[in-house]
Amino acid sequence: MEFQAKELFAKHGVVTTLGVVAETPEAARAAAEEMGGVTVIKAQVKAGGRGKAGGVKIAKTADEAESYARDIIGMEIKGLRVNRVLVTPATPPVEEYYFSFLLDRSNRSHLCIASVEGGVEIEEVAKTNPDAVKKIPVDALEGVTPEKAAAIVDEAKFPAELRDQAIEMVQKLWQVYVEEDATLVEVNPLARLEGDKLEALDGKVSLDENASEVRHPEHAQFEIREEADPLEAKAKDKGLNYVKLDGQVGIIGNGAGLVMSTLDVVAYAGEAHGGVKPANFLDIGGGANAQVMADGLDVIIHDEQVKSVFVNVFGGITACDEVANGIKGALEILGDEATKPLVVRLDGNNVDKGRAILDELNHPLVTQVDTMDGAADKAAELAHQA
Amino acid sequence: MSIYLNKDSKIIVQGMTGGMGAKHTTLMVESGANIVGGVNARKAGTTVELGGKELPVFGTVEEAMKETGADVSVAFVPPAFTKDACIEAIDAEIPLLVVITEGVPVLDTAEVVAYLEGKSTRMIGPNCPGIITPDESLAGITPHTIAGKGPVGLVSKSGTLTYQMMFELKDFGFTTAIGIGGDPIIGTTHIDALEAFENDPETKAIVMIGEIGGDAEERAAAYIKDHVTKPVVGYVAGFTAPEGKTMGHAGAIVSGSSGTAQAKKEALEAAGVKVGKTPSETAELMREILNSL
Repeated sequence: MEFQAKELFAKHGVVTTLGVVAETPEAARAAAEEMGGVTVIKAQVKAGGRGKAGGVKIAKTADEAESYARDIIGMEIKGLRVNRVLVTPATPPVEEYYFSFLLDRSNRSHLCIASVEGGVEIEEVAKTNPDAVKKIPVDALEGVTPEKAAAIVDEAKFPAELRDQAIEMVQKLWQVYVEEDATLVEVNPLARLEGDKLEALDGKVSLDENASEVRHPEHAQFEIREEADPLEAKAKDKGLNYVKLDGQVGIIGNGAGLVMSTLDVVAYAGEAHGGVKPANFLDIGGGANAQVMADGLDVIIHDEQVKSVFVNVFGGITACDEVANGIKGALEILGDEATKPLVVRLDGNNVDKGRAILDELNHPLVTQVDTMDGAADKAAELAHQA
Repeated sequence: MSIYLNKDSKIIVQGMTGGMGAKHTTLMVESGANIVGGVNARKAGTTVELGGKELPVFGTVEEAMKETGADVSVAFVPPAFTKDACIEAIDAEIPLLVVITEGVPVLDTAEVVAYLEGKSTRMIGPNCPGIITPDESLAGITPHTIAGKGPVGLVSKSGTLTYQMMFELKDFGFTTAIGIGGDPIIGTTHIDALEAFENDPETKAIVMIGEIGGDAEERAAAYIKDHVTKPVVGYVAGFTAPEGKTMGHAGAIVSGSSGTAQAKKEALEAAGVKVGKTPSETAELMREILNSL
């Protein structure tokens, strides 16, 4: 979110105005009073297009600040509820620029994108006047040296009177990118204010989760739990890789690629069964033991939309008998809470033993189907009938 | 024939004495791969018995290569130390480096990939199942029992889909199957593998598996159109996956493509690649091609 990006900017010396985060209209009023003069009230959500959605307002008085905050807090922007606003002094830009560093997958390196033609409407500029949007590769070993920063500023054609400020800001934004292990550091707009001052008026930072895990425990503070779906929050507590979707067939599988593929196969199968869809993404990874399986099933069966569950496992390193024992154990752990039909497809390593364990279990909720496509069809059918 | 890995490959394991390293070294030895030793500076000079084979532990990759003639290294090093392990192997000029480790910071991988420029090492991964040339050698964690030798070359971003596809086509078998990994930045790309399969006389047809994100599949499609004469069948996972982490304005501008499964499928089909809707349909398309050859 914007206020978090700005905190990271400020930490590395990028010129920005932090403002005050308010969770109530009254707090927004107090902040506006304290600042005096005209303020901007901005919705804080992880989504673009806040201005167009009515989530950004300019308040001339503290009364207006309170009233706008009342409108904005609680509204939805792109499906996300707004729980807080950022109050900042209004500093109308003289000019707006765009600047970012990001991971360039295609060239397996880093890229700088800069434009002095318009900030907020950068995508439009990129379409109508692509030459105005400079894309400058950054070498992953050399990074952004003072010379490189100067080259970027000159290539992007920043005005001469802002050159020194821009070079300094570019280096500091690179610091944010490297030292925080970001995959995107975006300033939009990068504003030229009265008196030729350059300031990051709004920004976005995407952090690399792998790096946060390995060397940035402090990044945990940026995660705001209340915004997560309750089922996703529960899954996260259990260490599960789960994403809630809008559908009726719960999915459990191993390996991100296979689970994504399972979602697709279920969606195709659903076309013949009343249009039922996959209800979630859940990758239980390699070690599908009873506890992980129970945790996964526990999350999925408490999704009220779910009518049937499809367990799709290809035993690579994981043996199918371990997975079958996991399902058996999970059903024991869940007991009466397990109420939804389970379609299980096991294949690969030790498949015969795995299938035999489930045959022997002979649980009324469990149906085994040998192929992925067949099992998806069965799971969709059961979800449609329920 | 095969690509990158064959029966003469001599393999060392970086991180052989760790949990994952020991488990998979055992499985590699059991598969018949020629594992000749491991690297762990703190245990240099000792030996470890894995899969019934007494394996020497060396202090550095360079020393291990000198003593054993190794030409492949498989790394199971924890993510925090993966970058250093890769640079060590690259400096030692190991011809093939397979990085299994999951969770490597992407800035580290970007640095390693930049460091590879102009060096003699080929890197596969990170975050991948590695490479298998069935009945000859295995450098990674792919189960060696799924499928045997045959005419199909397989390159895939996803580990479990590699296994699934090998299983679906086990009646034909594979020259080599490579899991290149799904991280945003990787060493060996779809295009690298396609080029190698095109040049491998025993590979008669190629299966390429992609998934949402980035534009690697679109670029591979363009490469196939211009450079690949062998039949290619594709599969893309993630048609119904939720929109993941978007890269804001910047991402859309850079890739010039939405990175969706649909866009990838269309790009591949425009290049003459038959694309299956499901893994089994993809296997069926490949089976038809193989039967007509």
